[in-house]
Amino acid sequence: MSHSAEDTDPGLPAGDDGETRRDFLTLATAALGVGGAALAVWPLIDSMNPAADTLALSTIEVDVKGVKPGQRITVKWRGKPVFIDHRTPEQIEKAQADDAAGLPDPQADKDRVKKPEWLVLVGVCTHLGCVPLGQKPSQPRGEFGGWFCPCHGSHYDFSGRIRKGPAPTNLEVPQYQFLNETTLRIG
Amino acid sequence: MTAPSEPTRAAPTEGSPGMIGKAKDWIDYRMPIFSFMEHELHEYPTPKNLNYWWNFGSLAGIILVIMIATGIVLAMNYTPHIDHAFNSVERIMRDVNYGWLIRYIHMNGASMFFLVVYIHIFRGLYFGSYKPPRELLWWLGIVILLLMMMTAFMGYVLPWGQMSFWGATVITNLFSAIPWVGDAIVTWLWGGFAVDNPTLQRFFSLHYLLPFVIVGVVVLHLWALHVHGSNNPLGIDRKSEKDSIPFHPYYTIKDLYGLGVFLIFYMAIVFFAPNALGEPDNYIPANPLVTPAHIVPEWYLLPFYAILRSITFDIWFIEAKLLGVIAMFASIFILFLLPWLDFSKVRSARFRPIYKQLFWVFLVDCILLGLVGAKAPNDKVFPGIDNFEYVQLGQITTAYYFFHFLILMPLLAKFEPTRPLPESISEPVLGNRAEAGE
Amino acid sequence: MKNIKALLAVSAIALAAGAVTVSSLSAATAPKPKAQDWSFQGLFGTFDRASLQRGFQVYKNVCAGCHGLKHVAYRNLAALGYTEDQVKAFAAEVEVQDGPNDNGEMYARKGKPSDRFKSPFPNEQAARAANNGAYPPDLSVITKARLNGIDYMYALLTTYKEEPPKGMKMPEGMFYNEAFAGQQIAMVPPLAPDAVQYQDGTKATVPQMAKDVTTFLAWAAEPELEERKSMGRAVIIFLVVLTAFLYALKRKIWSDLH
Repeated sequence: MSHSAEDTDPGLPAGDDGETRRDFLTLATAALGVGGAALAVWPLIDSMNPAADTLALSTIEVDVKGVKPGQRITVKWRGKPVFIDHRTPEQIEKAQADDAAGLPDPQADKDRVKKPEWLVLVGVCTHLGCVPLGQKPSQPRGEFGGWFCPCHGSHYDFSGRIRKGPAPTNLEVPQYQFLNETTLRIG
Repeated sequence: MTAPSEPTRAAPTEGSPGMIGKAKDWIDYRMPIFSFMEHELHEYPTPKNLNYWWNFGSLAGIILVIMIATGIVLAMNYTPHIDHAFNSVERIMRDVNYGWLIRYIHMNGASMFFLVVYIHIFRGLYFGSYKPPRELLWWLGIVILLLMMMTAFMGYVLPWGQMSFWGATVITNLFSAIPWVGDAIVTWLWGGFAVDNPTLQRFFSLHYLLPFVIVGVVVLHLWALHVHGSNNPLGIDRKSEKDSIPFHPYYTIKDLYGLGVFLIFYMAIVFFAPNALGEPDNYIPANPLVTPAHIVPEWYLLPFYAILRSITFDIWFIEAKLLGVIAMFASIFILFLLPWLDFSKVRSARFRPIYKQLFWVFLVDCILLGLVGAKAPNDKVFPGIDNFEYVQLGQITTAYYFFHFLILMPLLAKFEPTRPLPESISEPVLGNRAEAGE
Repeated sequence: MKNIKALLAVSAIALAAGAVTVSSLSAATAPKPKAQDWSFQGLFGTFDRASLQRGFQVYKNVCAGCHGLKHVAYRNLAALGYTEDQVKAFAAEVEVQDGPNDNGEMYARKGKPSDRFKSPFPNEQAARAANNGAYPPDLSVITKARLNGIDYMYALLTTYKEEPPKGMKMPEGMFYNEAFAGQQIAMVPPLAPDAVQYQDGTKATVPQMAKDVTTFLAWAAEPELEERKSMGRAVIIFLVVLTAFLYALKRKIWSDLH
């Protein structure tokens, strides 16, 4: 028989040894419990990351054999349009010459391509995410001949660089490599 | 704790030290959430003699949280359409990160939820937790059980396997037994002329909604609980402060320890036998043209399924089919009347020698009903005896189920000689421990 | 006294559980298949990679003519121990329909690792039409979709008999199989000795092929099995330790009450 609950606050010292033991036990148990709970939450969070089938589609291979100089094609990659532009010698020349023009987001044309005749861009305006026009010959290409975003009037040049309008940066160049002369792997 | 002479919401004069203490005081003055938690979770006086059967209420609450958490992320990857439901579940199992784990936790969590809640209910039956002044608490618990059954049933339909489809067909068809409007109601439930895409979509919607309704009723259940506090194994009221201990830390740690033991059991099933409680047929995509040889609900609904199938005869002008449905619903709704059917003043079976025996008989009856629910009606109970089929065993056990509540309970309440109740909770805990061995 | 009652109740539960298992069996009228030894059973089970690859070969050369595996993707074959190039080659063996292209036309292309296994028939009706009205089920989850599915698969593949027992007449196009419910199956006995030429030189007996293809199908149904078991071991050990700590703390906290 000892005291009832009211006169024993479990937080108060109950003799030195007991107190140390409980402190250690409480800390160790709490650490284990909190750690375990955190680990248990991870699967729930990670389940919202891209699934294996989504990741499997995150690289695509594109055959560009049939794309003639001056022609542009659009492919879908990771849910977004990718512009592949087979540039003509004149367009390449113009793009390189403009390296020295006053660019809002300065970048040399040679740093934006792997082969000068092939320009590969993520077709999403860096302003607010619209898809710029210019892939079809019938569409407006803006003042600099590249692409024109109809949403807020951003103009891109032959290298996909922002030249005029509200977009802050150049069109993004995705990761890609040439598997051979005419096959591109994007992603 | 004695009634405070000062109003509880007086502006803090001394103030707690530190930034966090100040912030707590600031909030508490405007909305006394910390006082509330202190009062209801920390000080909350609890009988000091609760045994481990009292762990199952908080366990059920934790499983509800687990079910909602896993359910929400499953819903992010599930497609409620008859052409995609099965495939989307398989995609969760194969491609979604930890999808298999989350689904197995959710799938087996339903079984665990019912297991824990059934133990919780039988604890209440044994120790008389439904008696005054806890009738409303008991009622709210039955409402939770009903909501759980609806949620579980609709959740089982979502993977759109064979058992999903045929379970949904059989259960929704129950409503066709209602005279005159039955068929109209069934068509309304289906949103068509068979269980089909509209049915699946509305089941998904409701399966997502109902758990939050359960949360709401759980809050009411706890509210009602905290008015008079927990019952206890002796079934007598707390008389003095000696009979109580604060909920925290005593019962928080006891509940957490129980949770640990339970999780070992639960996770062993999830990781090492995840499909043991399920039906293989539900891995066959739903086919409206082929009925499985043997339609059974999940184990936790088997006793009610047995009662449904036990009424094979018409009474007067009422058809057997309707009677079965009535009997099944009555088997749950009768629980609402229990506080008045059993009007004995003594709560705990420990002091009711006859009820104590009958409690176990009733438990075995319920288990037998579950067994009957799993069997084909015309299977033989004993291999050698030809004229004793499961349908007959079902009729006997169903009759006993109602006999227990409607006849035995009132008779016992009136005539059972009860054992003398102890003076207080603390007395037998201290005095009788050695001899009772409890 | 109370303990005896509890024991009674527990044994009633155990009895009911046991009886339920037996009842599901009798309802399906398929006899309980003989239990085999499988490397992936038990707490530490893992798939035998060589057997998986042989099983895949059997599936590809024998089963795939009629049975799909539509929930499995070619990229998943990497788990069998194949290299990226081998996986690409397996995928490229099939032609899949893709599209529409810019002209609005569907076109055929070679399979890619991201594609799921191509089913042999475009839909169930076509499958039935090609198989005398019988529907060869998709095998993606077949070992989970049958009672004791793994042993059942093996038994099904190994218990064909040339002649039915006396007094049993086989309808046209049906075969006698001891493992199948009703013992009449429309599936032509799929395995004959040396039905496949194993790449690793293993002798392709019927039991060997049955064992390998069953292993492969068990993997196809539960590709998470190895990860599940190893994670399960860690989780259970963690929980046991945590629960031991909780118990010690509970003892300690409650000790000042008495």
